[in-house]
Amino acid sequence: MQGRAERTERLARAWRLWMTAGPGLFWIVIFLLLPSLILLGIGFFSIGNYGNPHLPLSLEPFREVAGYSILGWSPDNIATILRSLLQAVSAAGLTILLAYPVVFFIVTQPPALRPLLLLFVILPSWTNQVVRTYAWMELLGPGSALSHLAQNAGLIPPHLGLMPGILAMQIGLTYNYLPYMVVPLYAAAEKLDWSLVEAGRDLYASGRRLFWSAVFPQTIPGLLSGIILVAIPAFGDYVVPTLLGGGKSMMIGSLIASQFLDTPNWPYGAALTIFMLIFTCAGLIVFRVMSKRLGSSEGSMI
Amino acid sequence: MTEATLPIRNTQGPDGAAPRGAIRLEGISRVFGGGIVAVDQIDLDIRAGEFFTLLGPSGCGKTTLLRMIAGFETPDTGRILISGREMQNVPPHKRAVNTVFQSYALFPHLSVAENIGFGLRMRGVAKAERLARTEQIMALLQIDAFARRNPAQLSGGQRQRVALARALVNEPEVVLLDEPLSALDAKLRAELQVELMRMQKRLGMTFIFVTHDQHEALVMSDRIAVMERGRMLQVGPVLDVYEQPRSVFVAEFLGLSNIWKFTPRPGNVAETALGALAINTRIDTQRTAMIRPEKIWLYPEADAPRDRPNTFPGVVREAIYMGASTQYNVELPGGAIVLALDTNNQAAERSWGPGERVVLELKPGNIMLIDG
Repeated sequence: MQGRAERTERLARAWRLWMTAGPGLFWIVIFLLLPSLILLGIGFFSIGNYGNPHLPLSLEPFREVAGYSILGWSPDNIATILRSLLQAVSAAGLTILLAYPVVFFIVTQPPALRPLLLLFVILPSWTNQVVRTYAWMELLGPGSALSHLAQNAGLIPPHLGLMPGILAMQIGLTYNYLPYMVVPLYAAAEKLDWSLVEAGRDLYASGRRLFWSAVFPQTIPGLLSGIILVAIPAFGDYVVPTLLGGGKSMMIGSLIASQFLDTPNWPYGAALTIFMLIFTCAGLIVFRVMSKRLGSSEGSMI
Repeated sequence: MTEATLPIRNTQGPDGAAPRGAIRLEGISRVFGGGIVAVDQIDLDIRAGEFFTLLGPSGCGKTTLLRMIAGFETPDTGRILISGREMQNVPPHKRAVNTVFQSYALFPHLSVAENIGFGLRMRGVAKAERLARTEQIMALLQIDAFARRNPAQLSGGQRQRVALARALVNEPEVVLLDEPLSALDAKLRAELQVELMRMQKRLGMTFIFVTHDQHEALVMSDRIAVMERGRMLQVGPVLDVYEQPRSVFVAEFLGLSNIWKFTPRPGNVAETALGALAINTRIDTQRTAMIRPEKIWLYPEADAPRDRPNTFPGVVREAIYMGASTQYNVELPGGAIVLALDTNNQAAERSWGPGERVVLELKPGNIMLIDG
């Protein structure tokens, strides 16, 4: 009797588990796991006549990622990866610098006003990224007022614009990812324990030292989440570097895209994607370990 | 216990006028948005080296007053003098005053030792001296075993000690304590009350303690100020305030009391709901009589004193046993209820249950007259 009741209970529990977790699991398997596995498979094929994957199996695509080709070794890929990394780091850095003042401005406003102000920051990200990036092309293009200013100041040669170029790309990335830094930082700042700030003031800290000793440590969980939310997409961003960066500064996102669009080489593109995935995961793990060591990982989102 | 001693630097103030650690409040007011008067025209002198308690219900302005002394709030009117220097416009980080917060407000990212050394570090005290002083205070408060731990790894009582050490290590002129024991359980609380009091006497610093707990105030303070609605109702030594409350509010807030309105009769007699009460003091304009329950004598009906004034027969309606004492609600023939407290030193021989008849004696010397 008892054994049977136990078994029914176990079945019911399994049923509940599959009913709740099943749909999500199905989605992940079909649209994330399977494609990734297919991609991983493609990466081990040779290239066919039309850039399509072809037998025999080969490690050539991964050699290519490391920079080897029929022309010998070239540092171009490493440069691209480093450039993408730099772009991710500087996008994160710039959004941090911009987000802190914004967040603390919002947090010090009356509570009723805060959601509205936060909405103003988030609102632009509800429109398409391509559209917003085109707007920046207009603002920074050769004929724009900003470009004229820069030309007159002698910062750029005449007839050229601020766009395309590294600067334009950085502006575009920072603009695009700012909300992803503001939101987690705001979440951390809103539940800031102000009694710690008072304790700091009570113990002779003021100004900058008060910020670093009593405020900043409390925002670290939000900051770490923000860095992850900004740096990872910025690392592989395709739209902004393509539209604002121009041809001179190849990024890893564009490099991958061109293997599928311009001069097809599917296995190479797949190998690049897998490399990027592993690189990002490794970066995340390092980041996680570092943040744990900082003793503030509990609030971090990822 | 290690006998670590701290140098006591309680000498004269800068100009010799006011001693170090003395506080004077002159006409202090604070009105919050919406016209809420938190603190209303308060004048107060706190002596150097005194354990002074601000006592009152929540919302009476005691915390606001403390925060103004700390510098977190600026008074709308009036002057705050700390050790004789005018301080109302000086920011908190420039005041020789340290606070023990109700929530402790320990920095979670710093260890216990780093928390305690924080104030010294901010003031630029050299590392060697900082470490020495931190260790000294940790030994004094018996928290040296936790020096390397994070605040999150400590119990409530340990955190409380760290918060206290963090304030004391700076050797401030005044230590402000904002209900620092309210988060602790009763036993620990009683222990820390005594310890806090000893620490204060030993260091000779001025302590200003805020609490809504009358028992805590009675145990720890040299003097207390009872506050209500932003005003100070009575300031004085603990004994005076308890024994001779000047208002009904103070009488009721500090412990249990029996309070009756009366009409004066010739010959120092007060006509109350109980009947005529003989009073020792001369009745002036006061119209309220008060007696503490523990000052009422209870007798079994058989051996009641017949020849003394203010004896009333009654029936016990409720007997609340509280361990050390029992609280009796006694109903008199007229229907008035009298609260009497009897210590249980002879509980076996002398205790009454509901329905039993007793005789109460209210000695004239124990009846206090209150204005209004």
